[in-house]
Amino acid sequence: MVELQRTPLFDVYKQYGGKTIDFGGWELPVQFSGIKEEHEAVRTKAGLFDVSHMGEFELKGTDSLAFLQKMMTNDVSKLKIQGAQYTAMCYENGGTVDDLIIYMLEQDHYLLVVNAANIEKDFKWLEDHLEGDVELKNISEDLAQLAIQGPAAQKVLQQLAGDLDLGSIGFFKFNQEVNVNGKSALISRTGYTGEDGFEIYCKPQDAASIWHDILEAGKEEGVLPCGLGARDTLRFEANLALYGQELSPDITPLEAGIGFAVKLNKEADFIGKEALTQQKETGLPRKLVGVEMIDRGIPRHGYAIYQEEKKIGEVTTGTQSPTLKRNIGLALLEKAFTEVGTEVEVEIRGKRLKAVVTSIPFYKREKK
Amino acid sequence: MATPKELRYSKEHEWVKTEGEKLRIGITEFAQSELGDIVFVELPEVGDEITADEPFGSVESVKTVSELYAPVSGKVVEVNEDLNDSPEFVNDSPYEKAWMVVVEPSDASDVDKLMTAEEYEAMIKE
Repeated sequence: MVELQRTPLFDVYKQYGGKTIDFGGWELPVQFSGIKEEHEAVRTKAGLFDVSHMGEFELKGTDSLAFLQKMMTNDVSKLKIQGAQYTAMCYENGGTVDDLIIYMLEQDHYLLVVNAANIEKDFKWLEDHLEGDVELKNISEDLAQLAIQGPAAQKVLQQLAGDLDLGSIGFFKFNQEVNVNGKSALISRTGYTGEDGFEIYCKPQDAASIWHDILEAGKEEGVLPCGLGARDTLRFEANLALYGQELSPDITPLEAGIGFAVKLNKEADFIGKEALTQQKETGLPRKLVGVEMIDRGIPRHGYAIYQEEKKIGEVTTGTQSPTLKRNIGLALLEKAFTEVGTEVEVEIRGKRLKAVVTSIPFYKREKK
Repeated sequence: MATPKELRYSKEHEWVKTEGEKLRIGITEFAQSELGDIVFVELPEVGDEITADEPFGSVESVKTVSELYAPVSGKVVEVNEDLNDSPEFVNDSPYEKAWMVVVEPSDASDVDKLMTAEEYEAMIKE
């Protein structure tokens, strides 16, 4: 058996009752106190996640922007220093290499945050396309990442961030070298839960101390350590795509519903532009929708969906929503069957069970 | 982790309680704690035949689906309908409120082949 990779916070999990599983080659906590309790904490108070398994690349050089414009579906030229942007990378055929966040650190200097399972693939893909004055470096081992998410996130983190007013960091904006109780970190108002919150990038050797400090500062507010189980149900309810489920080499970003990160009319040619433009013009063959069970059952990733005898798609993610207590899923269906209210059948353990197409996202936080 | 002495246990983490000629079946405290928050239980119907070591139903947590394996062969004579609306009983009361089925075993001596509480405890410690 291949040895599982561990984050700098591995030794801390046990202390907080974390139960670990093999998550794409990483030994990560699936839960601490329980998925439902952690999920609820993030929706109503706040939760703290170790997401150090995520990959980070540093990009430098005078041709960095031109390179990113070639590789990314979003318009990276719109990014300003201290700003972050969600984007996809595509193959020529429009299938998705990965979805990622780009941080503009300085002029000609970017940080790319990619999915853990795709670190090697993405690095090679980028490396193979390098041109001009661009230096690409995989710094995944040099950075740990924590996320504090939930309505109380700012209040809790502010106690540690001293003189910096976190309220001054807008959505998808960030500050570098923030003093977090004596440790230096990059803090961005980003996340993967559908709640307000921050992601914190720090040195691996500082991660445990920041983790303890946040939980200590958040005791009164009820901040809980959270695992990947809750992270998955939270992002699912908020319709945030997960690579390998909603996105893959066989699914384009347009089909997956992240068209907002695909700028077909940006000036620069990007890899996949032609295929995606064509897909948009001729009409998408498939679309991501919600499905809710009418019969008793829970839709799960990979379950086939039928109408009459015809297979019309598959569930990409499904569970019993902890917030809504409904048995729901995200599903990639043939376009003709994606109207809200369409009755379909989900095949669960050999039985065809009734479900109905619903709108997404399932959950949207109330804006203050 | 509770493992009541009067019950017998299967390697798939079911418990079996002898009640006269019949057997009551559920999953163990250890099993529920490994599964996490249970949100759905699917059981056979009264009259169904179940076969030892074959799946007879499933329990679903928020994250995963797990099959229930029959500890013995027999005919289902009672099903716990309360678990339809209250699957959380499996977490809160695995040995009492969350019994799953009652069966008439095809061979009453099959129970003796199951583990004792001591044997089961030794197994889950490994």
